[in-house]
Amino acid sequence: MSTKEVVMTEEWNESDDFERVGTEGLSGEDIGEKSLTYWADVWRRFRENKLAIFGLILLAVIVVILFVGPLITGQDYQLIDASIKNQGPSSAHWFGTDDMGRDLFTRVCVGGRISIYIGLCCTLVMFVIGALLGALAGLKGGLVDDIIMRICEFIGNLPYLIIVVILSMVLGRSMFSLVFAMSLTAWVGTARMVRGQILQIKEQDYVQAATALGASTGRIIIKHLLPNTLGIIMVDITMSVPGFIFSEAFLSYIGLGVRPPETSWGALASAGQQQLMFYPHELFFPCLMIVLTMLTFHLIGDGLSDALDPKLRK
Amino acid sequence: MKEKILEVKNLEVSFKTYAGISHAVRGIDFNLHKGETLAIVGESGCGKTVSSKAIMRLLPESNTLINENSEVLFHGEDLLKKSENEMVSIRGSKISMIFQDPMTSLNPTMKIGDQIAESILIHRQISKEEAYKEALEMLQLVKIPNAEKRMKQYPFEFSGGMRQRAMIAIALACKPEILIADEPTTALDVTIQAQIMELIGELQKELDMAMILVTHDLGVVASVADKIQVMYAGKIVERGDVREIFYQSTHPYTRALLDSVPKIHSTNKETLYSLKGTPPDLINPPVGCSFAPRCEYGMNICRKKYPELTKFSDTQECNCWLHDPRADVRNLPENMIRRRQ
Amino acid sequence: MDKKEVLIEVKDLKKYFQVGRNQTLKAVDGVNFKIYKGETLGIVGESGCGKTTCGKTVMGLYQATGGEVLFDGVDINKLNKKEKKEFTKRAQIIFQDPYSSLNPRMTVGDIIGEGIDIHKLYTGKERQEKIYELLELVGLNREHALRFPHEFSGGQRQRIGIARALAIEPEFIVCDEPISALDVSIQAQVVNLLIELQQKKNLTYLFIAHDLSMVKHISDRVGVMYLGNMVEFAESDELYQNPLHPYTKALMAAIPIPDPDTEEQKKRIRLEGEIPSPVNPKPGCRFVTRCRYATEKCHQETPKLEELVPEHFVACHRAKELMEDHPQE
Repeated sequence: MSTKEVVMTEEWNESDDFERVGTEGLSGEDIGEKSLTYWADVWRRFRENKLAIFGLILLAVIVVILFVGPLITGQDYQLIDASIKNQGPSSAHWFGTDDMGRDLFTRVCVGGRISIYIGLCCTLVMFVIGALLGALAGLKGGLVDDIIMRICEFIGNLPYLIIVVILSMVLGRSMFSLVFAMSLTAWVGTARMVRGQILQIKEQDYVQAATALGASTGRIIIKHLLPNTLGIIMVDITMSVPGFIFSEAFLSYIGLGVRPPETSWGALASAGQQQLMFYPHELFFPCLMIVLTMLTFHLIGDGLSDALDPKLRK
Repeated sequence: MKEKILEVKNLEVSFKTYAGISHAVRGIDFNLHKGETLAIVGESGCGKTVSSKAIMRLLPESNTLINENSEVLFHGEDLLKKSENEMVSIRGSKISMIFQDPMTSLNPTMKIGDQIAESILIHRQISKEEAYKEALEMLQLVKIPNAEKRMKQYPFEFSGGMRQRAMIAIALACKPEILIADEPTTALDVTIQAQIMELIGELQKELDMAMILVTHDLGVVASVADKIQVMYAGKIVERGDVREIFYQSTHPYTRALLDSVPKIHSTNKETLYSLKGTPPDLINPPVGCSFAPRCEYGMNICRKKYPELTKFSDTQECNCWLHDPRADVRNLPENMIRRRQ
Repeated sequence: MDKKEVLIEVKDLKKYFQVGRNQTLKAVDGVNFKIYKGETLGIVGESGCGKTTCGKTVMGLYQATGGEVLFDGVDINKLNKKEKKEFTKRAQIIFQDPYSSLNPRMTVGDIIGEGIDIHKLYTGKERQEKIYELLELVGLNREHALRFPHEFSGGQRQRIGIARALAIEPEFIVCDEPISALDVSIQAQVVNLLIELQQKKNLTYLFIAHDLSMVKHISDRVGVMYLGNMVEFAESDELYQNPLHPYTKALMAAIPIPDPDTEEQKKRIRLEGEIPSPVNPKPGCRFVTRCRYATEKCHQETPKLEELVPEHFVACHRAKELMEDHPQE
């Protein structure tokens, strides 16, 4: 209760100073300046995370190189030239050449596209199946929930290598069978996570409000449940892409991946490994790309999960 | 008058937030005397909890700014200048606090008895057995049935009211001189609230403690407080003893608070007095009186300058331009303008 | 009262939750009441007494375990999908927590418009106009339609919730503790709005709260619940002036009144102990563990609601004799 702010001045005696104005000019319902939407707020916090931004930029650079690189060097990734096989890096062949004299840089670029493409495809399939089944299980509960969860447990307990081997035998070695085999087992985790989220959110009053308004199950999933799980799903997605890239590399490495002359980072690493003793660069460059790409996705995923965590909201 | 044990001078607390600096408490002064109950009343966000936590130095140091000229004198010593170690020896032994949520303020993995004994052991040089014995006495003091059995139980085995009793036992274990109760019964049911408030009252008399009661519930205030101060937007706008505030309040905000509760004898469905608008943004607090934009008796001057303090009695004073001789007092409620001292 | 038309009749309503093997939580255990058109029925009780479950079961948000909820004579638990959607157009609910009751990812306009979209009441420009009209009805501005819920204060959010319920022009609204999360001065805003809307649109309310003074203020008749049972039921003034059930008496005595003189003179009826758990309740009167008048009979037989005074019902074996013994109490 300080009185120091009151200063006797001339205007003190102005006659209208004591005129009553009441609540004039009060609309009563002023709310602050238009504040940020949820996603704008997430983006603001994401931007403050330097490592995550570094990851995002690095990923952009990698993607640009993968697509633009071969155009600049002008090399063909399938062209075999026995005269220049197993060369080290040079100005003509930036990453050197492989045991058949093909330009390694171009092959890394083309293989990278396939690796990332497989990573994204698997993630998409995983997300669609996992989110829908998870949401259904969480929302419906009871028997539906039991059935879906038992399927999840069954698939989750199958050794996935065996599934991949069987599928590549049945469907042949192709990108489709690879994507199919990997996402067949991967959606289980997403479904469990989404189900957990939905179980929490469906207790929220706004979901009950929608039910009371007569909303159908589909509408509740699409309008209320999914938008509110999207944050966590996004983190899951960013964190799964590198996992798929790595799995693809691993499968290609043991010879279950893409079929030559198509290539991928894993296939390149596998080929390079045979030359490791004498020409280590043939293993080094594909591995470097795998490591860098996985790193960028992890940095972005970490940044996202921090940005989405409401406890850190300032 | 009884001995003055706590003196808060020009307490100013602000927080760093993303949007800017929020001035949560904007210069408040008050005294607390031995054995009295001072209620701090106000709506959420008015700074009542922040000021009580600032006294205990419980605000996170990373984003809290306390004005250098602020003083919190406890027996003449400034708590704001004490080291963290010195504060630890004061908290819980000289000044204790109980919080609104009894679930989150107890450690879920520790037995109740251990938690009480621990708070005794921190402050006093006694053996474990003695501390345990005292803990048991405390539980009996707060009227927990089967205290011996309850000592060995975990918080989740206690109901809400029991937990709040256990919290009180911990807070009072070292017989503090001041108890700060921050909305102690808000999370509880009315019949339990009545039990807890009665218990606090009895213990307060027994230990001759002073209490700062932070609450928004005017009913609780009417039944236990000796003195009341009303806070609005980080400032104290009026203070007085309990009858002065309830029957002769001089600030329009206090009036508004009192009038917005239905009276026992009021007619049903009659329109209640309701304040327009919302409390101001404390990042850019308004010039002049912060209540002015919502005040139906507001004058031009109110929006330009902060009003001077007007004293009405030894205990009652208020910051409001309506008590200036030049003020426009047309159709003000009766007995709002009191004699000045 | 008997001239009035009954809108809702609740008959022996039961709602149990299975909380474990052989553990049944009897949230609502045999409740009967009628709500007349245009009136406000208040339900008070402490946490865990089943008042919210009761409200949500009446709304059809929970499937009743037993008993009937007759809305205009039709049991809402036996409706098919289409009839159920029709019912949602006539009955709405307002929630307690203004923070969790609005979807944070939707704009206020879309939140209010949701009912309009579901029932395809208006489209395009008309829908927009209707939303503006509703915003203004609850004292907000049309500009707010594009904002998100987190930009509003608690009281404003609660009014958005009211606007959402009103959008489909229901006849009946369950108000589930609509003011207990709000500040005192804001409570008055919301209560005033509810009363004003009731008069304007001839709405019927089921008003659930633990704040007895507000319930008395807004309700025509009030029911007191304790552990899933209705223990007393009367017109609101009658209930407050002449409570008959020992629990109601204690509850009244426990409410602190914002008036120091009254508080000083008030006779304390202290209730010992706490509310027992509603899981697997014992037979007999639920209040028996805390009741100082309890007899052997109270432990064995569950009392039924009886009309002791005209339009004043009590479920207590000893209410009659207590009323005669201490007519003043």
